[in-house]
Amino acid sequence: MEKIRITGLQKTFQSASQEIHALQEINLTIAEVEFVCLLGPSGCGKSTLLNAIAGFIEASAGEVVVDGRMVDAPGPDRGVVFQEYALFPWMTVSRNVAFGLEIKGLTRGDIEERVGALLHTLNLWEFRDRFPKDLSGGMKQRVAIARVLAIDSPIMLMDEPFGALDALTRRSLQDELLRIRREFCKTIVFVTHSIEEAIYLADRIVVMTYRPGTIKFEQQVALPHPRDPAGAEFNELKRTLGGLVMEEHDRHARDEIRGEG
Amino acid sequence: MFQVRVIVRGTAVPLLTLLLWEGICRAGLVSAIILPAPSAVVLRWVEWLLSGELLVDTLGSLTRVSLGFLLGAGLALPLGLFMGASPKVYEYFNPLVQVLRPIPPIAWIPMSILWFGLGNPPAIFLIAIGAFFPVLMNTIAGVRNVDGIYLRAARNLGAGNTVIFRRVILPAATPYIFAGMRIGIGTAFIVVIVSEMIAVNNGLGYRILEAREYMWSDKIIAGMITIGLLGLAIDIGMNAINNHLLRWHRGMDS
Repeated sequence: MEKIRITGLQKTFQSASQEIHALQEINLTIAEVEFVCLLGPSGCGKSTLLNAIAGFIEASAGEVVVDGRMVDAPGPDRGVVFQEYALFPWMTVSRNVAFGLEIKGLTRGDIEERVGALLHTLNLWEFRDRFPKDLSGGMKQRVAIARVLAIDSPIMLMDEPFGALDALTRRSLQDELLRIRREFCKTIVFVTHSIEEAIYLADRIVVMTYRPGTIKFEQQVALPHPRDPAGAEFNELKRTLGGLVMEEHDRHARDEIRGEG
Repeated sequence: MFQVRVIVRGTAVPLLTLLLWEGICRAGLVSAIILPAPSAVVLRWVEWLLSGELLVDTLGSLTRVSLGFLLGAGLALPLGLFMGASPKVYEYFNPLVQVLRPIPPIAWIPMSILWFGLGNPPAIFLIAIGAFFPVLMNTIAGVRNVDGIYLRAARNLGAGNTVIFRRVILPAATPYIFAGMRIGIGTAFIVVIVSEMIAVNNGLGYRILEAREYMWSDKIIAGMITIGLLGLAIDIGMNAINNHLLRWHRGMDS
């Protein structure tokens, strides 16, 4: 079952001196409940691609189709988890999670029940009355995930969600995400620049090139979960993908030295 | 231990100043009209308090500050929200605001008397002007500086424009708005003293000017100190309200 179809997508940004081709001729189809990682060095347009699926930016050409409908605005059918968490700091944890449900117009009782269940699932119950500033980074990201789960979007778009976390917190949230994905049957598009993270999580890894952002390579990952980052197959994949990502990284670095980065 | 040391340090300089001041006056080095002794100031203050006049003056000044501030901030807040949220409204109003803003409230005194005569109306008008601009400028800045990521997150969760304005932009702007109100009430308090010197016949500002006509220096200083303490009390009160309403924001880096 096809969930997201991207055809001929292009995005050009106009900077003072030049045109930047962030995305060029992107063609990608993502199946229902597939977990796809967009992998690449910074500046390769992977976040731009995610933002186009989310409806935050308008494509210069081409289109993104979700469930047969063209994307032209953000919407609760595609929940976004941001690297910077983007929790509303003036709301407590439970108000943050309830926000999307209040907009949907659910009754107070339904909201409380749903929020309570999610907070329990994500081990956030005892923090429900805290404000975001009093939470650790990992905790904040759990709240952000709960906020998206609350509105029950079939698609979750995650923009380097664990990039700012320490290694241990990161691993435990990755495991939690895999569990959530099994339990809630989500289609997930996950942006990362960590090769290991991509192999650990994804069904399919899409490696992107640095400017213009195109799809360089696609890799299915068939290893069973839980995956062992020390295993032979894991490391074989890591070596292959590492070489590809490094090529793009070097192009980026050369551009930066020339002052175009 | 640490607390005690801080208190000792904090009281040493004021106490020494008072002692020196009292000593100079007792020694007869300056005339009591130029500089009355602190003891005389305290006695005068107690006398003023017991006569009941102090309470009337303080209440008079506070009422004017409150009414003027409510009027000024009450007009500035909606205008600031509109100007901050809509570039078009901003373009319409900004030039006028920029021209009027640098005019000190004091410069409005002559026109305010011509327009409103004497008594409370011109005083409240001047205080309102004093409070208006700080609240306006900060409200505009607060709305304009809402981090785009909150707007993205809200839209993503299905929020429309009304919900975003009410539940995202407004709360995100409150730290700025409150900072503006704090500046505004400070300005209002300065303006109330000045306006009482010209237009009305009670209030702390009126009382110290009246005292000057009789050369009651001790009462002038007693009045000044009362004004200082009242200003401090207002600021502490505002701060307490801020801290409570913005408890989500305390200690946040942005």
